[in-house]
Amino acid sequence: MEKTSQDHSELAANFNKDEERVDWHDETLWWIRQKRDKNVHQLPEWETLREVASQIKNNVLSRLHIYLKQFEKNATYNGMIVHWAADAAEHNQIVLDLLQGRGVDRMVKSKSMLTEECGLNEFLAEHGVEVVDSDLGERIVQLAKEPPSHIVLPCIHKKKEEIGELFYKYLGTPAGVSDPQILTETARQHLREIFLTRKVALTGVNFAVAETGEFVVCTNEGNADMGAHLADIHIASMGIEKLIPEKKHLGVFLRLLTRSATGQPITTYSSHFKRPSLGKEIHVILVDNGRSIHLGKPDFRESLKCIRCGACMNTCPVYRRSGGHSYHNAVAGPIGSILAPNFDMEKNADLPFASTLCGSCSNVCPVKINIHEQLYKWRQVIVQAGLAPVAKKAGMQVMTAVLSSPGLYNSAGKVGRWVFKYAPFAVNNQLNPWYKQRDLPSAPKQSFKEWYLTNKA
Amino acid sequence: MTVGLFIPCYVDQFYPNAAIATLRLLEKLNVNVVFPLKQTCCGQPMANSGFEHLTGGCNRLFIDNFQDFDYIVAPSGSCVLHIREHLHDPEREILAKSVSHKIYELTAFLTDVLKVTELNVSFPHRVGVHQSCHGQRGLMLSQMSELVAAPFSKPGYLLSMVNGLQLVELDRKDECCGFGGTFCVTEEAVSVKMGKDRVADHLRQGVEYITGVDMSCLMHMEGILNRMGSKVKVIHIAEILNGE
Amino acid sequence: MSSREKILNAVRANQFNGPALPDIEFLERKGKGTPEKFKTVLSSIGGEVFYINSLDEVSRIVARQFSAISRIVNLVPGIQIPTQETLLENIDPAQLHSVDLALIPAHFAVAENGAVWVTAEDLSPRVIPFICEHLAIVINSGHIVPTMHEAYQLIANYNYGYSVFIAGPSKTADIEQSLVIGAHGPRSLTVFIKV
Repeated sequence: MEKTSQDHSELAANFNKDEERVDWHDETLWWIRQKRDKNVHQLPEWETLREVASQIKNNVLSRLHIYLKQFEKNATYNGMIVHWAADAAEHNQIVLDLLQGRGVDRMVKSKSMLTEECGLNEFLAEHGVEVVDSDLGERIVQLAKEPPSHIVLPCIHKKKEEIGELFYKYLGTPAGVSDPQILTETARQHLREIFLTRKVALTGVNFAVAETGEFVVCTNEGNADMGAHLADIHIASMGIEKLIPEKKHLGVFLRLLTRSATGQPITTYSSHFKRPSLGKEIHVILVDNGRSIHLGKPDFRESLKCIRCGACMNTCPVYRRSGGHSYHNAVAGPIGSILAPNFDMEKNADLPFASTLCGSCSNVCPVKINIHEQLYKWRQVIVQAGLAPVAKKAGMQVMTAVLSSPGLYNSAGKVGRWVFKYAPFAVNNQLNPWYKQRDLPSAPKQSFKEWYLTNKA
Repeated sequence: MTVGLFIPCYVDQFYPNAAIATLRLLEKLNVNVVFPLKQTCCGQPMANSGFEHLTGGCNRLFIDNFQDFDYIVAPSGSCVLHIREHLHDPEREILAKSVSHKIYELTAFLTDVLKVTELNVSFPHRVGVHQSCHGQRGLMLSQMSELVAAPFSKPGYLLSMVNGLQLVELDRKDECCGFGGTFCVTEEAVSVKMGKDRVADHLRQGVEYITGVDMSCLMHMEGILNRMGSKVKVIHIAEILNGE
Repeated sequence: MSSREKILNAVRANQFNGPALPDIEFLERKGKGTPEKFKTVLSSIGGEVFYINSLDEVSRIVARQFSAISRIVNLVPGIQIPTQETLLENIDPAQLHSVDLALIPAHFAVAENGAVWVTAEDLSPRVIPFICEHLAIVINSGHIVPTMHEAYQLIANYNYGYSVFIAGPSKTADIEQSLVIGAHGPRSLTVFIKV
């Protein structure tokens, strides 16, 4: 199996060519992790909340078909129209049909990682529908013709000067302007015109409540509401795992979500949509796209508890130093690395190895997904599926032979140390990846075993 | 009580002083230590690379070598965690389980089993402690910064018994160094960057030594320190606690 | 087979024995939330708080704080702002794009995060608290709860068509984590706490 050009290690190596930029990216995200720490340490019940949330989500996953039917029944009773999409293509077609059915060829959209996963914008563009992303970060990457690099902070990888240039090119700001206040004001005016004129708005769903048939959308900007309340049709796309059983559970999740994501106690707006306004429509699209398959994998289904907070990305020392685009998926970082192989194991075989298994992610996850354990388990599955590089496989078999035999081990060790001592050039060269930027340890006279035999045995 | 001493493969080959210090320290504390000569490796390098299915030989050897001891002690957090979580033998599963339950990382053995309260050693230097991830988050050797929970540190507690040792406070208390097993070569760019950043943190605090429970992390940081021509040295915690 | 059937069948086939729903009542706190805590949190997220003894004071404070504005929409019963506009029954929401200040009532506030709770029944049309340039909200100091758990207890049986927790003015930090107040929603939030 050859490494494709979409390999995390290659993309990350590229990202690391600009060390100053890596430092900037790393320090920005670490600062967000610190804001999270500062806030959660104010809640002595924080660890209890995590445990409760984890149990609620496990309960949901174990009875998902019941909750799905309950949600559909209640949402329909409330006057919403519920659609079911088995995969990305079907989801996109449903959206297109809703638009074309009303002769509409333009739509405003607020942040939805699900629609990124489905490639909705590209699909609609191919069919002559203009989609404008209204979340500022999403709008920026849309203008840059790039995917978002972080599920909560879409353009965390972009410097304000670069954003200024985009706005100069596309939104008419004067050249050289990079002040965030001015750029945000520009975006406000530009998107206001969009909100006021689009009759169809699409949002994501943070949580859907089975008990009451309502769903919640959380934003700081207010863009989801601006779009939804000014449009005639509000389309809400959600993964089937986004359900929670009862309204009161929102108390648990809303206390966990934003603190984990950005260190704020709550987003500016937590909007609960239950019934459409008079004369308007709300359509909810329930999307599977591989989630039901994932549900059938006991080792990996807990990743479906994810509430898309991004805390794992902020804390991951590898993500911070490789950037979201190195993960070549809509959802990057630690959670992305355990979700993506489920969709396409071959294309994403590199991701579970893009980690030192340090465990930080699992311990910031508000719903206690055992991310680092799943990364380890995916590695076993990927290798068993024959997707490990041939050279690695051969190397591992040699290592196994040596390490399973005390005799071979002792002589190999001796040989290794001899080479280090008398022929260091054999290992101290640029062909050895270790040696590129690090010195190798020097060879001691004796191994511990040899010392022990001489002095103790 | 008899303790079986398990020495990680790379410590045996490249950092024997850490192993010697471990042995001497345990003996000073009146422990009867035996070093099984036929030991090799815990199997972690293969397992973490996705080749857990090849670790049967290592597992069997480990069980053969260590089944008869009251405790097994190793100067390595990651090897101990690996044995604790992944030691299996389909033909001797109960035995495997009992063996995996009696392995301890060195500092945890000192604080939890031997209940050491004083050491009578000196190390009058500025020292930074690197919190190796598997030991910290896996074995709970010290509290991790991610959790809202009471702070504690087993290595820190032991180091506080060392005269003259000045423990520095790092900017990022427990960020990973980037070694990660084969990660250090398969993701070389990120691995090195992580190591450089860890080293830079210690250097900012003006340390003379960087210590920790895992020689693998220290080896990685030492490689970076030496490449930059730094005078800062790495030293396994066993050597400090043994008064070297 | 419809997609609905396909999905439900696939999900049902992969169901497993999971935990029962945990009790969460123990998370609720006894007693009320304090106005002081609410004010501290809201101020830290860019909101402004005024304590008032009677609703009459609102008009005076509004005139002082928002002297240069023209379009005011007031939806709080018991308050009369001299220049306030009466909204037509079936106004096209887009017509509200130039509203400078909207004054709306909230049912209660949440001390831990500086949020207030507003329902569609108090806002007609729903876009009002988002489209205005500045937003002002009136709450009663006796109607403050400590955390979201008590909040959801309060609204357990409330049958709203739409409701929203509003915590501060709209904002974004998408550009290099630089906080900018006033993204797409209101540029400011003023809360009047009636003691």
